[in-house]
Amino acid sequence: MTPTLAGRIQSRLFLLFTAGLVWTLLITPLLPAGFAPLTQSYRTTLIALVLVAVLGTVLWEPLYHLLQQFRWEKDWPAILILLQGVPEGWLVYVVMRDVVDLPVGVLPFVIHFATTWLVVFACLHGPLRVPFIRWRFRGGRLI
Amino acid sequence: MPEGDAAGDLSAELLSSPVWTDAQLARAGIPVVDAPFVSIGGGMGSFVMVDLLRISGFPLENIKVLTTSDYPWENYEYLTGVGQLPPGYRIRSDSASTPDNIWGFPSYAVRAAFGARSVRGFIAPIWNVLTENLLTDYWTPLAGQVFQGMSREADRIGYWQTLAKGQARMVRRRAEGGYFSILTVEEGSTRRIAYRSSFVHLAVGYPSVRFLPDLQAYRRRYNDGYRFVNAYEPHEHVYDDLVKQPGTVLVRGGGITASAILHRLFNDRERLGAQTQVLHLMRTHVDSSHGPHVFMRRRGGDGWAYQGFNWPKASWGGQLKVRMEKLGDEERLRMWQTIKGTTTPYRKGWQKQLRKARADGCYRTLAGQIDHVDPGPDGTLATFIRERDSTGTRRIDVNFVIDATGLVGDITEHRVLADLLEYTGAERNGLGRLQVSPTFEVPGARHGDSRLYAAGATTEGSYYAPVDSLLGLQYAALTICDDLARLGFCRRIGPIRSISQWWKWMRNVTP
Ligand SMILES: Cc1cc2nc3c(=O)[nH]c(=O)nc-3n(C[C@H](O)[C@H](O)[C@H](O)COP(=O)(O)OP(=O)(O)OC[C@H]3O[C@@H](n4cnc5c(N)ncnc54)[C@H](O)[C@@H]3O)c2cc1C
Repeated sequence: MTPTLAGRIQSRLFLLFTAGLVWTLLITPLLPAGFAPLTQSYRTTLIALVLVAVLGTVLWEPLYHLLQQFRWEKDWPAILILLQGVPEGWLVYVVMRDVVDLPVGVLPFVIHFATTWLVVFACLHGPLRVPFIRWRFRGGRLI
Repeated sequence: MPEGDAAGDLSAELLSSPVWTDAQLARAGIPVVDAPFVSIGGGMGSFVMVDLLRISGFPLENIKVLTTSDYPWENYEYLTGVGQLPPGYRIRSDSASTPDNIWGFPSYAVRAAFGARSVRGFIAPIWNVLTENLLTDYWTPLAGQVFQGMSREADRIGYWQTLAKGQARMVRRRAEGGYFSILTVEEGSTRRIAYRSSFVHLAVGYPSVRFLPDLQAYRRRYNDGYRFVNAYEPHEHVYDDLVKQPGTVLVRGGGITASAILHRLFNDRERLGAQTQVLHLMRTHVDSSHGPHVFMRRRGGDGWAYQGFNWPKASWGGQLKVRMEKLGDEERLRMWQTIKGTTTPYRKGWQKQLRKARADGCYRTLAGQIDHVDPGPDGTLATFIRERDSTGTRRIDVNFVIDATGLVGDITEHRVLADLLEYTGAERNGLGRLQVSPTFEVPGARHGDSRLYAAGATTEGSYYAPVDSLLGLQYAALTICDDLARLGFCRRIGPIRSISQWWKWMRNVTP
């Protein structure tokens, strides 16, 4: 991938709120959330999804973009996108627990976050190019 | 036969007028064939253009490809073959540069993984693309895999039916609108055919093969094409000779072809017991990372400048591509100077082999240029080298010189391009090649609603850097297709059409 900053943000938002959202809706009832009511579970997973979008847009993507500048090819190897999930997941968890003040269980959070991350990652590396034929020539921009 | 007033040939009247009428052609007795879209070349560039047109729903009958080639990868196969990258070798473009598939999905690595017959064979390409240019070298496809894919796609889209064999001679504007492209054919009594079209696409590849003056001078003086060869002409005899008897060879150049030739020479040493000594001459001997500032520094060492592909990766569709389009003319030219240059990919296997050869004392690099070459004693060559940081020349006797530099001559060495500059309003860009707009149109040749487009090496120096690459040619094709859609000549490929066409590709059915 050779994203531009705008392309990074657009691709992230688009995939989170399409593939990521569908996946979240499907997996939430299956998470090991104890006796918490389903509405409570959905509230948690959907807030997590929104946080990945918001923190990614204002914090992470600009940071990655800066780091990318040190690379001559101005590319962003796929493995980095996978690894980004670790700090990003940690931060979302901390914000949910300490700032939004939600009761988040570690295991359901990890399952939801990791699988959603993988779904988005997989879509980013191929399937997204099927409907959006110009996407890869535009640094990941959709509009 | 000289050009002139023979029946069915270009008349003096035609040769000298920049705009032709139907009547003029009739007077000259040249038959006219209608084809709304004409692509001249028939190489990789024409193929991906036709592919895109077909995917956008363009009827097959409306396309003609004027070409000297029997199949689109003919010239590419020839050049990579003599340049020591035969079908079983890895070429220099990434997994998603798939000229048989505009989506780049499934990529070559994914196809290789699913075609594998072992778990290792499945995981290796996937792991490689996942970690490429970080933990591993870029994953690149085998030339043979690329050719096979194109062959399937050519069958699928009906490419073969578009071919009109012959040598294109010129493109001129037509007074009543559109263009005439003249094709010289050898069959029967007809010598010239005029293709009348609304759109012309020029994809003639390298305008000409350039030999450096020292090579030309040597050949002219001594009439010997045996010991001083260019990498892009057949020179298998050099390797044969060096296997039969020990010898010294001077390899010139710092690009991927030089790398491939060294690889061949050392393979012959390792596998066939050749005793070859290799001298490697590079004009710019790169000692370390280099570039104007910390954000623009390219890796280098041992003489080479390292880069995955012939341009930094983001030139195809990332930051560098976007920046290039936005810059003013002068700044863009400066940008061209920064990112261009001869480079070779860093490949662990090649590195290991060179290290070993260096340690064995059979490989040495020199920084400098050849001043001239004369015949030496006992059928050798006396090369006179002007080394960097020294005055005067140093004589080194070698058995062979393989020149792996330079390939592209001036655009006027190509007849169609020269004619275009002279009669049809085309202009040169900052690097002296053909200027094209960001939509790959030759602006000066515009004619009412008709357009003349160009793609490939001839257009280097305009807005898009990697024009001479598989993916770059696809970008050009897609951009041209979009421009045609804006003109109402075909449909724009939107998400729905894209999905349905991709699905057709997957099932291998006609677009
Ligand atoms: C050794 C080598 C290795 C390369 N490796 C890679 C790689 O790994 N990856 C990558 O992305 N790119 C690579 N490239 C660059 C580029 O992709 C190829 O050169 C590619 O073939 C360019 O396609 P083209 O259509 O512009 O030219 P070509 O494929 O050369 O096609 C041009 C065609 O036009 C025909 N023609 C020219 N003039 C006329 C005329 N007047 N009338 C009729 N026909 C005419 C020629 O015969 C030729 O068949 C490589 C180039 C070289 C030289």
